[in-house]
Amino acid sequence: MKKNSLLSKLISAPHIVWAAIFIVVPLVMVVYYAFTDRNGDFTVENIKAMGYYTYVNVFLRSLWYGIIVTVICLVIAYPFAYVISNLAPKTQGTMVMLIMLPMWMSLLLRTYSIMALISDTGIINSFLEAVGIGRIKMINTPFAVILGMVYDFLPFMILPVYSAMTKMDVSLIETAYDLGANKRNVFLKVIIPLSRSGIVSGATMVFVPSVSTFFISQRLGGSKTALIGEIIESLFVKNNNPHLGSAISLVLMVLILICMFVMNRFGDEEEGAVMI
Amino acid sequence: MKRIVAVLISVIVALSAFISASAEDDDFDYLREASAPLKGTQLNVYNWGEYIADGKDGAADVNAIFEEITGIKINYTTYDTNEDMYTKLKSGGTSYDIVIPSDYMIARLIEEDMVQKLDFSHIPHYSNILDEYKNLYFDPDNEYSVPYNVGMIGVIYDTTKVDPEDVGSWDLMWNSKYKGSILQYNNPRDAFATAQFLLGIDVNSTSTDDWDRAYSKLVEQKPLVQAYVADEVFSKMESGEAAIASYYVGDFLLMSEVNENLDFYFPKEGTNVFVDSVCIPNSAKNKTAAELYIDFLLTSEIALENAEYICYASPNRTVVENEDYSLKGNEYIYPTEEPITEYYHNFNSDMNNMMSDRWNSLKLEGSSNLSTYIGIGSVAALAVIWFIVVKIRKAKRNKYYEQV
Amino acid sequence: MKKKTPLGIAYTALILILLYAPIIVMIIFSFNSSRSTSVMTGFSLKWYRDLLYDSEIIKALYHSLIIAFLSASISTVLGTMACVGIERMTKKSAKSLLMNVTNIPMMNPDIVTGISMLLLFTFSGLILKKSDVLGFWTLLITHITFNLPYVILSILPKLRQMDAYLSEAAYDLGCTPAKAFFKVVLPSIKTGIISGFLMAITLSIDDFVISYFVTGSSWQTLPVKIYSMTKRFDPTVYALSTTVFFAILILLILKNFFQSKSEKRSIRGEKTE
Repeated sequence: MKKNSLLSKLISAPHIVWAAIFIVVPLVMVVYYAFTDRNGDFTVENIKAMGYYTYVNVFLRSLWYGIIVTVICLVIAYPFAYVISNLAPKTQGTMVMLIMLPMWMSLLLRTYSIMALISDTGIINSFLEAVGIGRIKMINTPFAVILGMVYDFLPFMILPVYSAMTKMDVSLIETAYDLGANKRNVFLKVIIPLSRSGIVSGATMVFVPSVSTFFISQRLGGSKTALIGEIIESLFVKNNNPHLGSAISLVLMVLILICMFVMNRFGDEEEGAVMI
Repeated sequence: MKRIVAVLISVIVALSAFISASAEDDDFDYLREASAPLKGTQLNVYNWGEYIADGKDGAADVNAIFEEITGIKINYTTYDTNEDMYTKLKSGGTSYDIVIPSDYMIARLIEEDMVQKLDFSHIPHYSNILDEYKNLYFDPDNEYSVPYNVGMIGVIYDTTKVDPEDVGSWDLMWNSKYKGSILQYNNPRDAFATAQFLLGIDVNSTSTDDWDRAYSKLVEQKPLVQAYVADEVFSKMESGEAAIASYYVGDFLLMSEVNENLDFYFPKEGTNVFVDSVCIPNSAKNKTAAELYIDFLLTSEIALENAEYICYASPNRTVVENEDYSLKGNEYIYPTEEPITEYYHNFNSDMNNMMSDRWNSLKLEGSSNLSTYIGIGSVAALAVIWFIVVKIRKAKRNKYYEQV
Repeated sequence: MKKKTPLGIAYTALILILLYAPIIVMIIFSFNSSRSTSVMTGFSLKWYRDLLYDSEIIKALYHSLIIAFLSASISTVLGTMACVGIERMTKKSAKSLLMNVTNIPMMNPDIVTGISMLLLFTFSGLILKKSDVLGFWTLLITHITFNLPYVILSILPKLRQMDAYLSEAAYDLGCTPAKAFFKVVLPSIKTGIISGFLMAITLSIDDFVISYFVTGSSWQTLPVKIYSMTKRFDPTVYALSTTVFFAILILLILKNFFQSKSEKRSIRGEKTE
């Protein structure tokens, strides 16, 4: 190893430089903009604004939506991952492919097709009317926003949970049975703890985008309930106020860090990288 | 027999129209000549969405024709609102050679020195612009802008769902009978204007009091609103999903081609009129090409193509006077009885901030925060309990091991 | 343990149907004879024909593919190099610092990554007095940046699994470090590199939020183009995605087919040995 210590230092140098310029510096820029005003003078007004009624509520609501979506995704994905992890290896491969495939379609298009499904004159409502049940109001409600998020981010939950399950040591489960544990206990005391790292990384991958999305709430929620992503987008794209936008982004980042820290406490202490 | 003759005549008329159109190719002679040195350069055009004939529905592809004649490559991108366009220009990073903002935005761009004076010697077809669209308030000396389209806002409604007696005023958008079928603008300026017109407040008022009144009117409307929309209004009105929307009259004509049950009126309290004009931003890299592009848009043939496709009123004399113009004298876009109208004027940045603050709080109105508080609270409580339980268990286990 | 309960199978099928319902809607309406995306009025190939003539969409697709391919390639090369370096780092604190920084774009909300890049680019544009920084290069840089952590995460585990003595042995046998890398290390982390590359392509093609903030006037990717098409959203885009969908489906099926064939062959090969 000694022979090539210089080379080994050099070989990751491009990446280190890259990360410094394009990961660290942009974050420094966010902090810089958050603490300056239009004239470039130092100010804490932008951060102070986060204490206003409006923003506190937007933050809380976005977090709440994120939590709901994460929980729903987990409830749907867990049994699903469990079932496919018990299939024959070849079928498993096909199933994973089937789950990955929708991710290749643009998120925007998937959201548009959900609109076509649940809108007032959409396919589901036309069907319900034909059957005689009558129309149900779905689009432009919080329900539609959550449905859209669950649909768009579900694969992000299934894949890590599934991969944690395939890595599970089957002999541990068998041992538990041999030691006289019943099904319920095996599930609660062995399977769930063993797949915990998958749950945590899946939860992260669902929670973060659902807290910060702006497109889904715009299109499926009719822009009636503002989520934090929409506010950030409008500050940068419409209202030309990058300073306030940066302040909100900064607070959002900190909040998400806290949430992830809490979530990681639930999981094992190992690095949460089960996705691949 | 009569019918056959009629068909024959129409064919001949169509053919002669075609021939005369190609004879008018002289129109482009100037362009061809002037653009020769610019061959191979690029032109960044930033326009409203669906605001140019782009080859769909049998229309000509205007940008493609320009590229073919001049050899200049067009990069064409679009925006949804004046504010989007302004922010993109202001924040830098991108350069555009052509933008097409509305009146009040042009006033702001001129004030903030973001657009440059045009060289009208490159725009000989400017003479096609009708006199009434020259010397407008935002560009009194015709130095910075060339009118592209003229439009007005009004109310679009679905005749199968809306009682004819309710029609005529802005209050239709506040009529609780149509709860859940009303679409409101998703941009502050236009949304506030609907309330201001209804209340008889000047849309250019700078009194906070006036804006508060308009704000409470919008809060009152919120439970009735199906969605706050921009161009999504098209699909929502065309499919019959919504019954009432306030939007641009030209767009109503496009929608009514798809959904014939739609009708339109100018509210009696008055409404907004706007002129969208072509400007060249300071950041432009290819100014001469941009001026040639403006001139190209003014030629009778291209202006006609655009007017037919976009369905907005044209400020171009050759279009308005053209016998073949299918919208000539259309009651909606060229109303004989002029409705009461008002231009938006530019606000200073304090006013704009005040407007966007109110807009953000409008988005929060009405939906209960209680469930959010309870939800977040209980999740936090659960997390705390979990930690305590885990800690206690660990302590117990450690004790047990110690004993063993 | 390998049990197949009918309930489980039924559940899986139900979820898959729900997952695919919107895609099926998209496919069906790409053949609609009218513009509507909610009422089927008849069968036609109109939108596929329109697609062929819609130069703007084709151009945006071309932009998307170029950005995806370039950013995936560059981030794979950069990432592989970084992994080798990270694996050989002796200081633990430096190693974990670098890993944490690398993972930031993966952990950060997309919108924050997008606006932070936008701020960086516009700021440097101001300094350089260049009014058109946003464009091809900024898109490429941004895509490389958010692809990197995924590439590294898929290569690093393979590198850890590799027998450390293998490259030692190569040196002892007189290999230069470069030769040892190409002859020994690279083949054993090949699968990680390939899956990282594919992951990067997927992420890059699918990305809307980050690209939305860093596109300029001259280089729009497909998702950004689709977003700006709200006014007259017509089934042309459905036609495009249906085409893409089936192209990917066929690719995946072919890949699986060849893989199982080569697996069989390798098994047979092992047996004859």
